[in-house]
Amino acid sequence: MGAAGYFRWVVVGAFALTLGLSSCFTERQNEGAQLYAAHCASCHGDQGQGLERLIPGVAAADYVARHRAELPCIVRKGMRGPLVVNGIEYNQVMPGHEDLTDSQITNLLNFLQTNWGNQNQPYTIREASDLLGRCNGSDGQ
Amino acid sequence: MIRSILRRAGLLTAGTVAGLGLLLAGCSPSADTPGQPERLPVLGLKAAAPTSPADTLPDPIPAFRLTNQQGQVITNQTFAGKVYVTDFFFATCPSICPKMQSELLRVYKAFEGNPNVLFLSHTIDPAHDSIPVLRDYAERLGIQDASRWHFATAAHDTIFALARAYMTAAEVDRTVQGGFAHSGTFALVDSRRRVRGVYDGMVKEEVDRLIQELPLLLKEEAAAKPTAAR
Repeated sequence: MGAAGYFRWVVVGAFALTLGLSSCFTERQNEGAQLYAAHCASCHGDQGQGLERLIPGVAAADYVARHRAELPCIVRKGMRGPLVVNGIEYNQVMPGHEDLTDSQITNLLNFLQTNWGNQNQPYTIREASDLLGRCNGSDGQ
Repeated sequence: MIRSILRRAGLLTAGTVAGLGLLLAGCSPSADTPGQPERLPVLGLKAAAPTSPADTLPDPIPAFRLTNQQGQVITNQTFAGKVYVTDFFFATCPSICPKMQSELLRVYKAFEGNPNVLFLSHTIDPAHDSIPVLRDYAERLGIQDASRWHFATAAHDTIFALARAYMTAAEVDRTVQGGFAHSGTFALVDSRRRVRGVYDGMVKEEVDRLIQELPLLLKEEAAAKPTAAR
């Protein structure tokens, strides 16, 4: 094998390694953003902007900070009835998400609490599970 | 707005390909759709028996009688001489509706200045979506002018039959969230009650295509009007 042939294998190897590593890291790291896109974006907007006075935004939302301890159960069980976000009253039905694990809810909420103008304390999985216990919503996973 | 459409229409009637290019570029600078037709097709199903061998066009939208968010009766006559975009939703829909209605709102805003373009959203949950519920929904969406965007209700059978005519799937399905299965289809309807385009209201690119194609229909309608008046 000539030098050029050897070099080609090194390049291919390095490329494969890069691919392998990136798939290890990025997916898990972005799980919160991906879960948001899959479960929340259709109503709350792809940038968390909400929809007029129909659906509250979650970006730069006072509700996200003030009701930090209630959010895990809201994601798990959904909610209905009026609520006020950034001074505007909304009144829609939000469906629950029994299909998400405790750790997925943690990652999802940590994404929200630290993005789009929200600068709040993230949750540990243990804390989120404890908070979910209040509504019998913890699956222990 | 209208003047600019007419100006663009003038370029088109000059028969220049460059004119079409300008029109497209004017609507959406990012979209590249060289294959866009100059005239929109007539879509739909033909269930009625042909009246002659030449009668091959799809059935027109049937006569309808609905009630809008102001409690006013709306019929085909409400849309006479206009084009309209229609969809099917319900106020408590937790899945696709908010996304779909935010996309339709984008179309509404693009043609807000043109009184020849109307919008018609049908509720598929008339049991819950009373007139006050529809009015609240419309106002929360920011629609103050009910004569431009009707949020309409009628008996279930009426709505579901209309959904088929507008080439949208809508049915009761207890297994899905909200209790109704429906697609997010937008249908573009001309002044002769014919469907001229269907678009997936959940896909931004499809809604962009609607925003690009709607002026083609307006141009066709404007060209047909003097003939119809004679």
